[in-house]
Amino acid sequence: MTFASSKELLSFHWMAYSIYAIFIISLIAWFAYNLTRKEKAKSIVRIPFYGYMAFLVAMGVGHHIFTYNSIPWVSQDIMRHHIKPDASYEFEVGNHKWINMPKHVTVQCGQTIKFDVHSRDLVYGFGLFRQDGSMVMQMQVNPGTDVNGILDSNDILWTFNHNGTFDVMSTEYSGPEAYDEKTGDSKMIVEKWLTVQGCKEGGKK
Amino acid sequence: MSFMNTLMNGTDFDHKSLNALQKVTLRAVVMSFLFFGLVAIEGMIMRMVEVGPKAPIPHMFFHPAHFFSIMTVHPIVGIFGSTYQLVFGAFMFLVPFLTKKPLYSVKIANAVWLLITIGTAMSWIAAFVWQYAPLYTLYWPLPADTNQFSVVGGIVFIVGVALIMVGTLLFIYNIYATIFARVGIHKNKTTKELLISGFGIDGMLNLINKLRGKPPYSKDPALALPVVAIFRGTVDTFLDAIVILSAGILVLVYLIFDASGHPLNVASVDALLYKNYFWWGLDLVADGLVLIYVAGSWYLLATLITGQKLFMENVARAALMLELLVSWMVWSHHLLADQGQPEMMKLISGEMVTAFELLTQGLALFITLVTLWKARPLKMTPPLAYLLGGLVGFGLAVPAAIIQADMGMNRVLHNTQWIIFAHVHIALIVGLYMTLYSAVYVMWPLVTNNTTMFSKKLTWTHFWLYLIGGIGMGAFAGMAGLDGMLRRHLYVHGEFNTLMILAAICGTMVLIAWAIFLFNIVMSVGVKGLIGIFLPAEDKTASYGIEEDDN
Ligand code: HEM
Repeated sequence: MTFASSKELLSFHWMAYSIYAIFIISLIAWFAYNLTRKEKAKSIVRIPFYGYMAFLVAMGVGHHIFTYNSIPWVSQDIMRHHIKPDASYEFEVGNHKWINMPKHVTVQCGQTIKFDVHSRDLVYGFGLFRQDGSMVMQMQVNPGTDVNGILDSNDILWTFNHNGTFDVMSTEYSGPEAYDEKTGDSKMIVEKWLTVQGCKEGGKK
Repeated sequence: MSFMNTLMNGTDFDHKSLNALQKVTLRAVVMSFLFFGLVAIEGMIMRMVEVGPKAPIPHMFFHPAHFFSIMTVHPIVGIFGSTYQLVFGAFMFLVPFLTKKPLYSVKIANAVWLLITIGTAMSWIAAFVWQYAPLYTLYWPLPADTNQFSVVGGIVFIVGVALIMVGTLLFIYNIYATIFARVGIHKNKTTKELLISGFGIDGMLNLINKLRGKPPYSKDPALALPVVAIFRGTVDTFLDAIVILSAGILVLVYLIFDASGHPLNVASVDALLYKNYFWWGLDLVADGLVLIYVAGSWYLLATLITGQKLFMENVARAALMLELLVSWMVWSHHLLADQGQPEMMKLISGEMVTAFELLTQGLALFITLVTLWKARPLKMTPPLAYLLGGLVGFGLAVPAAIIQADMGMNRVLHNTQWIIFAHVHIALIVGLYMTLYSAVYVMWPLVTNNTTMFSKKLTWTHFWLYLIGGIGMGAFAGMAGLDGMLRRHLYVHGEFNTLMILAAICGTMVLIAWAIFLFNIVMSVGVKGLIGIFLPAEDKTASYGIEEDDN
């Protein structure tokens, strides 16, 4: 099983967590009901203590193994300094403005792009969002300089497998001046900044 | 009795019959619930803004500086003004009660609630008057950004937080001084014995001896299990207070230099390093003292409600030790979206060690449920119902946390409404507060000398409104997070309107539940009784239930 986009992953997560939430609420409700009954409740399954502990360990560790194998950006993120991207975009952010950022970026389907963002002053975020508001991906953008006084990079690799046009937003709060004082609109949204083209209807080339 | 008469005099509450320990406990509890009301109102204001421009609230709240100053003080009032206050008040009563010794100092206990109340009020004023709004995470260098914030506001805010931390340190001192006092049942115990018990080493040795077929190391541990949890959680409370205090001092130094016309270079402090340090401390609140205190409270409540011994007590003692160690090593799960954070730290601290919390909290849940189950049939009293509500809260919030503490998931969940609602608010509002309400109902007869509660119906109305509202608010806002709605972001056009309306309805249920709870309490103790709680106690006794033994 592989999730080709964050949208697929989040729908799966929505479903899986909702089922779990209904299960745990029902379980405690069943437990509460039977706590007050005089007759002994018939247990549906008998879970031994060590079995339960082993289940928790399996879930805690297994969940990461599952995501490592099914979410493509995990290994790509860990190995990003050894992967050659198809294109790189390096720019800065300061005083609640994007600086030297390309006006628009066009990506061909399946390309892996590197975004390298440097902050001149505060902590910001860099996120890409679909036109329906859902998130493609995001990272934090911390300020800071290396020993030579060069601004630290906050870099991420992303492979685009679906056509679309995405907005950029700062995903971290950097003070009220990031918003228009009168309208309350964010000054850090860049609408329709990135376009992906060349993918088939269901994604990929 | 007429309504006015009950409102003024309560049911049968007599504040003059309370001793010094009972009064100081109730003072903290009263302040805590007043702050809870404030936090719920602030939360609802923010929620209504997020509903969109048609929401029936004054337009001034849509102003960015106003909106974010509310967001800055909301967690300060919630976590410190309300939660800390309630937990500290309860523990300063429970430790003497469970160890059958007097509280080390009632004067210090009074200083604790006063300092936390004044400190919280100062932080609130800083945001209200000067709109100081760096948010509670104080990400460097935002709190020292004098281009956006007033220096005076910043100083008042930081001094407020510092006062809260001084109150916290005094609480810690009072608790440890009480636990280590060699009086009463601990007259013949050595400090070493108390320390071994406090750290749960006796439980661990008992387990090892059992495996080796030897007699137990200690048949009768020096400290009761809930006291061990308080002891252990308080270690994290101490470390956390030191971290927050030192971060506050750093901000203060920058602000003072700025005010003197000689601003310091904010770039001298590395933002990511600072984030690591600050999250290490702040996370000791969430993954440290909250989880440990909560586990201890569940054990205490389960034994008090059933009147039976805790199931697998030695395992529980040993697990609390594990929980303490785990809590020191999990902070990187807050930095999974920080690309400068070393991958190894993300993997080990952020993912692997964090996954242990599923084990420790799962164990606490299991032990509590089995202890209750073994005592069947039980009557569904408010303490039991609230305890079960608390278990549901953590049953939902802990797996949500494990899911988001993953490099793959965090890329699309970090800083969304999912984190702050499906996880944080469910953990706090449902998990923690339901547990605390259970403790309030268990302690009510002890601290009020068996005062009759005004209305059982109101108690149950509060329970259902609060439970459904709390879970509903977490669920709907969490869903908005999965749709891409960020946290700490101002949405002024009703972008996630439908889910925000549903979340606002559930939030209103929580707010109404609080008003009902408060009304029930005021009608039980009366306005005169409420004022009486704050008058000096005639009976200076600093213990509960041991006077006869001493004679
Ligand atoms: C009726 C009760 C409550 C409501 C309606 C409510 C609502 C909210 C809202 C709307 C936000 C802002 C989310 C965002 O857009 O970023 C928020 C943030 C938060 N709330 Fe609450 N809340 C309530 C109770 C509490 C309580 C009792 C606590 C703590 C004990 C708490 C702790 C927090 C924290 C830590 C944040 C994060 C602030 C930040 O991101 O800087 N809340 N709450």
